[in-house]
Amino acid sequence: MADLTTDFLGIKSPNPFWLASAPPTDKEYNVRRAFDAGWGGVVWKTLGAEGPPVVNVNGPRYGVIHGADRRVLGLNNIELITDRPLEVNLEEITRVKKDYPDHALIVSIMVPCEEQAWKDILPKVEATGADGIELNFGCPHGMSERGMGAAVGQVPEYIEMVTRWCKKYYSKPVIVKLTPNITDVRLPAAAARRGGADAVSLINTINSIVSVDLDSMSPEPSIDGKGTHGGYCGPAVKPIAMSMVSEIARAPATAGMPISGIGGVTTWRDAAEFITLGCGNVQVCTAAMTYGFKVVEEMISGLSQWMDEKGHTSIQDFMGAAVPNTTDWQYLNLNYVAKAVINQDDCISCGRCFAACEDTSHQAISMSDDRKFSVIDEECVACNLCVEVCPVENCITMVEQAAGTVDPRTGDTVKDAYANWTTHPNNPGAVAAE
Amino acid sequence: MTSPMTPGIAANRLSKDELAQNFTDLHAPLQPHEAAVAADRCYFCHDAPCVTACPTDIDIPLFIRQISTGTPEAAAKTIFDMNILGGMCARVCPTEDLCEQVCVREVAEGKPVEIGRLQRHATDTLMAQGKHPYARAASTGKTVAVVGAGPAGLSCAHRLAMLGSDVTIFEARPKAGGLNEYGIAAYKSTNDFAAREVDWLLSIGGITIETGKALGDNITLDDLARDYEAVFLGVGLGGVNALGCDGADKDGVADAVDFIENLRQASDLATLPVGRNVVVIGGGMTAIDAAVQSKLLGAEQVTIAYRRGRDAMGASRYEQDLAASQGVKLLFNVQPKAMHGDGAVTEIEIEYTATNNGTLAGTGETMRVPADQVFSAIGQTLSTDGGLTLEGRKIAVTGAGRTSRDGIWAGGDCAAGGDDLTVTAVAEGRDAAMDIHATLLGGA
Repeated sequence: MADLTTDFLGIKSPNPFWLASAPPTDKEYNVRRAFDAGWGGVVWKTLGAEGPPVVNVNGPRYGVIHGADRRVLGLNNIELITDRPLEVNLEEITRVKKDYPDHALIVSIMVPCEEQAWKDILPKVEATGADGIELNFGCPHGMSERGMGAAVGQVPEYIEMVTRWCKKYYSKPVIVKLTPNITDVRLPAAAARRGGADAVSLINTINSIVSVDLDSMSPEPSIDGKGTHGGYCGPAVKPIAMSMVSEIARAPATAGMPISGIGGVTTWRDAAEFITLGCGNVQVCTAAMTYGFKVVEEMISGLSQWMDEKGHTSIQDFMGAAVPNTTDWQYLNLNYVAKAVINQDDCISCGRCFAACEDTSHQAISMSDDRKFSVIDEECVACNLCVEVCPVENCITMVEQAAGTVDPRTGDTVKDAYANWTTHPNNPGAVAAE
Repeated sequence: MTSPMTPGIAANRLSKDELAQNFTDLHAPLQPHEAAVAADRCYFCHDAPCVTACPTDIDIPLFIRQISTGTPEAAAKTIFDMNILGGMCARVCPTEDLCEQVCVREVAEGKPVEIGRLQRHATDTLMAQGKHPYARAASTGKTVAVVGAGPAGLSCAHRLAMLGSDVTIFEARPKAGGLNEYGIAAYKSTNDFAAREVDWLLSIGGITIETGKALGDNITLDDLARDYEAVFLGVGLGGVNALGCDGADKDGVADAVDFIENLRQASDLATLPVGRNVVVIGGGMTAIDAAVQSKLLGAEQVTIAYRRGRDAMGASRYEQDLAASQGVKLLFNVQPKAMHGDGAVTEIEIEYTATNNGTLAGTGETMRVPADQVFSAIGQTLSTDGGLTLEGRKIAVTGAGRTSRDGIWAGGDCAAGGDDLTVTAVAEGRDAAMDIHATLLGGA
């Protein structure tokens, strides 16, 4: 059976599934139960500075985008960092780490952007015996209004500065958690690296309003008739998170930097995909908040089965395997030609491919009187829309056209050679092929 | 108290609770969340096969999408635009032979989108609000007579009233509704739905119903043609085919339609007498409805005897299975030969049949089945033709229900062509109304 253990920054974990810093990791009770349920690691819910704890709203904190059968597709929250006293959290962390030496226990921290604040808290965290810290530069709501969370994560100079302080006052690994609410995630990631960060984790939640009550005209979740943007997470954000992870994995300034992947990981497959894009592990929150801690059992069994089927004996075997294949548009092979092919045996004649292609794409599907749908190769640009709207998986496929054949749409012979936009004659900035 | 084992024909075979349970909704209404989940299964097909299969051409993908987005009222409007009796059709349509049969998910998975139940969800939602979604157009000053307040007549009258004509419906029976009120199984129209639907339909205004008026009895086609600018006949099939076998006049032998009518009109089902051993002759929906309801009333043994094979049966496979699930025994390729008994029937003698060179005939092999009640359900016939040209045994029509006589239209079961279904009658009544309206206003 595949070995799921991971070594992330020297922190050992029985599997790559960590619970992200969030409500599930707010206290000893939950974290012990999470470890017992099989989670490999936990990032403890963000600690704030000593003093009066933060307060939360006393109304709804969550809003959700549901599928038809109430499947949670996206979750939004306006909860702040831990609202329990610092000392209580530190005592609990100490006890839990002592009892679970083989599980990863990371402490998330968010204190004001002043060196003294970090200098004060870091020795206390170090004393707990926890394996490392994660700097919360990501929360987009509430704390950011007070100059913390995403307010720091949106300014690379601050990230670098605070990271430096942390490396100065703390001896163990420092992970910088990044906000997606920026234009280019590579800049804060590079800043973290300059500051000495051992790793980055991403993404934190995305600014979001999930719904508006059309009677009260209040955004939701609504607190006494008013709403505010919250942080969006869950399955809906996975594509955004994976794109950002891939950017960091392949940018020269950050390539090779360990990454903890976060954002909509719901199944083993999601985790595997994040890992192929360069993540050393993944952090999960919404799936646990929706289904409970037990969901990790499926993640473990699924990842294990897939690794066995593929012959991967360790997470390292496929970590980053998709990074070399992640490129810029300009390097895509423009000589690659495909055509949609509809398998008539599988077709159930719903006509969705026809409606989509006819109304919104290239008029490349014909419909007969007896509801037979066929691709018109002369028009098909292989856009893939028909594949994606077809309710029958694999009924429509994209078939590569062999070199030497003629593409009936363009009349051109399909070339075997690779050629991209950089050398394309229509590109004013094209460089001659050497 | 009697029981299913009590010999002969007897009332009170089951307790009130059992009867209430037996005659509740065949399909429970969908709750809103169930409806949302069921609606989500619809693929919103292009030029959807279900619409093509619907005799009234309801835009099914659209109304299902309207349900899925939380506007069942708009969905109901989509349905009623094409089929003003969409509420009843949601309950009685053989969807398994129409929209749901061709649903791509039926084809792909053997599990169609539950179109019938979704239609009921939408129409029930709007009707429960007590609102009628249509207003009448400005009066055209035209008057139209509709004969028969069944699905065809009501559909025709509603459309004409909506377009601005004044309509008078002549109905032979005490209540409007036709087969919806008198003919279909009780578990398909619970809580007096047929009557409530008629009230709701009439609330558009402009429609007067005169009950106790039967064509050929106290009104004539000539009178109507003289007094009104157009006449629509939706008289249905008032007669029944006679059972031509020895002993058919014995006590205990009755028409299935009368049994069903009595059941539908009964205020207390416990008072309805039913045999211990019931045999129903026939293979259509009436046979199924009579057999199943006999069983539900507490008959011990119920048998349907049909002269041809299963595939030739008028009732759908779904209805056959429904009957079987209720404990009704289905006998195929048999015909009644004689009723036996001293005064009242006690046994039915049945002869096996075979088809040779396209002709059905008895094989000579017989058997006797205990029967203290025999229902004949071998088809209904036109009881009056008003002197119009017939096609087969029904009123001949061309186009949108035009009969051989100018100014007279016909639709529903009495008219030739089309299936004898509620939904078909609704479509024919509606289309005739459009043609009448165009004719009257165009002066054609």
